[in-house]
Amino acid sequence: MYNAKGVIIGIIVFVIIFASPFWLSWIGTDYTKTGVVLPQGEKQCVEDTEFMRANHMRLLDEWRDQALREENRAYVSHLSGKTFVISLQNTCMKCHNNYASFCEKCHVANSVYPYCWTCHILPEGK
Amino acid sequence: MKDSRRRFLKLAGISAFALIGGLGASGAQAQIAPGKYIPRPGGLKAKRWAMVIDTRRFASAEDYAPCIEACDRAHNIPHIPTDQNVKWIWTDTYDHVFPDDMNNHLNTSVRSRPYMLLCNHCDNPPCVRVCPTQATYKMPNGIVAMDYHRCIGCRFCMAGCPYGARSFNFVDPRKYLPDPYPNKEFPTRMIGVVEKCNFCVERLADGKMPACVEASNGKIAFGDLEDPNSSVRQALANNFSIRRKPSLGTQPGVYYLI
Ligand code: HEC
Ligand code: HEC
Ligand code: HEC
Repeated sequence: MYNAKGVIIGIIVFVIIFASPFWLSWIGTDYTKTGVVLPQGEKQCVEDTEFMRANHMRLLDEWRDQALREENRAYVSHLSGKTFVISLQNTCMKCHNNYASFCEKCHVANSVYPYCWTCHILPEGK
Repeated sequence: MKDSRRRFLKLAGISAFALIGGLGASGAQAQIAPGKYIPRPGGLKAKRWAMVIDTRRFASAEDYAPCIEACDRAHNIPHIPTDQNVKWIWTDTYDHVFPDDMNNHLNTSVRSRPYMLLCNHCDNPPCVRVCPTQATYKMPNGIVAMDYHRCIGCRFCMAGCPYGARSFNFVDPRKYLPDPYPNKEFPTRMIGVVEKCNFCVERLADGKMPACVEASNGKIAFGDLEDPNSSVRQALANNFSIRRKPSLGTQPGVYYLI
């Protein structure tokens, strides 16, 4: 091959640069870890952790519609059988009382900016 | 020729069947949460909530002040010192409250005392008919409720309401609330949404009477209009009562003893 050395080195350099997101992810942060601070003294969420991680935003939408439109203001957990009063401020945020190091931390990492707090009052809010 | 018509009919039949099946399936909505939704245990229930205000026992605007203050506190309602104020409960004169009454020679006490005003929670609410997003809707228990999450601030409901019971948030209401907020359990509202009295649905679900009723010292009755033994039915059975603008046919759920 004409100028084989240069071409092969070029290809290798190209492959390394092209695959750089893959390599860098080994040194960079792990997407499964957001460093959120879990509530002290509580063991379980409303539902299991996997479900909450994936679906808490849809759960909140459903809670809202059930509470305001169906007059169902309580939720019986499938996980623990406990009954929770449906409330963003008074249920979720009673356990997760540190917004900045829980909800917000994960949201900022994921570029999510919910607008709920223009009306709902945060635990540390005035 | 025959064969192709047969094929056409078969295909049309199958298509129609698939279409109906598809529509049926999309109508059934799946629940996301694995648990169960139930009404809050210990909550108050009624077929038709209604309020009876004994105006004979409220001589001046000061007599209504505790009721209004209790409501403002329970729902984080701001005091904005302009014509952009937000009100759930307020007072006005007889002529403004009952404009249908043409009697020029009413007894002075009835004519001169102020009347408490709030959302009438009508049987036929015009606000609900005009809302383009169903942000305001009628619940089975007679309460005309607001879902602030869906309000786009178009203010059709304000134009539709014949009682002026709705307020628009022209400015951020939080700027006019004390620090800390009066009730940290209840959300505030934000700029750009319409709001009004909710008959304290959140308190009823918690087993409590509405804030204004609690603060009225028994001068306001609240209960189930469909239950002949309820306090409201007793009050209506034994006293002369009127409602606002009856000729409009909205059938208000707020009654005034005169
Ligand atoms: C009884 C207290 C309690 C309540 C109420 C509660 N949580 Fe949790 N939540 C927890 C605990 C404890 C965990 C950690 C569970 C674990 O991983 O062991 C958790 C985990 C989570 C997670 C997953 C975090 C992760 O590890 O990635 C999310 C998201 C979450 N909660 C959101 C909510 C929302 C939204 C609500 C209201 C609908 C809510 N929680 C109500 C206690 C609570
Ligand atoms: C484990 C990370 C994580 C934690 C912890 C977390 N969230 Fe989220 N949240 C997300 C992600 C990711 C999304 C966006 C999902 C999407 O867009 O499909 C989201 C979306 C939402 C949304 C919908 C936003 C929108 O614009 O539609 C709401 C509301 C919400 N979260 C509330 C909360 C609350 C309240 C808490 C704390 C109790 C919380 N979240 C904790 C990861 C998290
Ligand atoms: C315009 C103001 C406003 C905004 C913005 C808002 N809410 Fe609400 N929300 C309310 C009000 C008012 C209630 C009624 C509370 C009641 O009746 O108990 C409510 C009720 C709820 C409820 C049911 C009962 C309760 O007390 O929590 C849920 C769940 C809820 N909101 C979730 C959300 C979420 C999630 C967001 C953000 C995506 C959000 N809300 C944004 C005003 C707002």
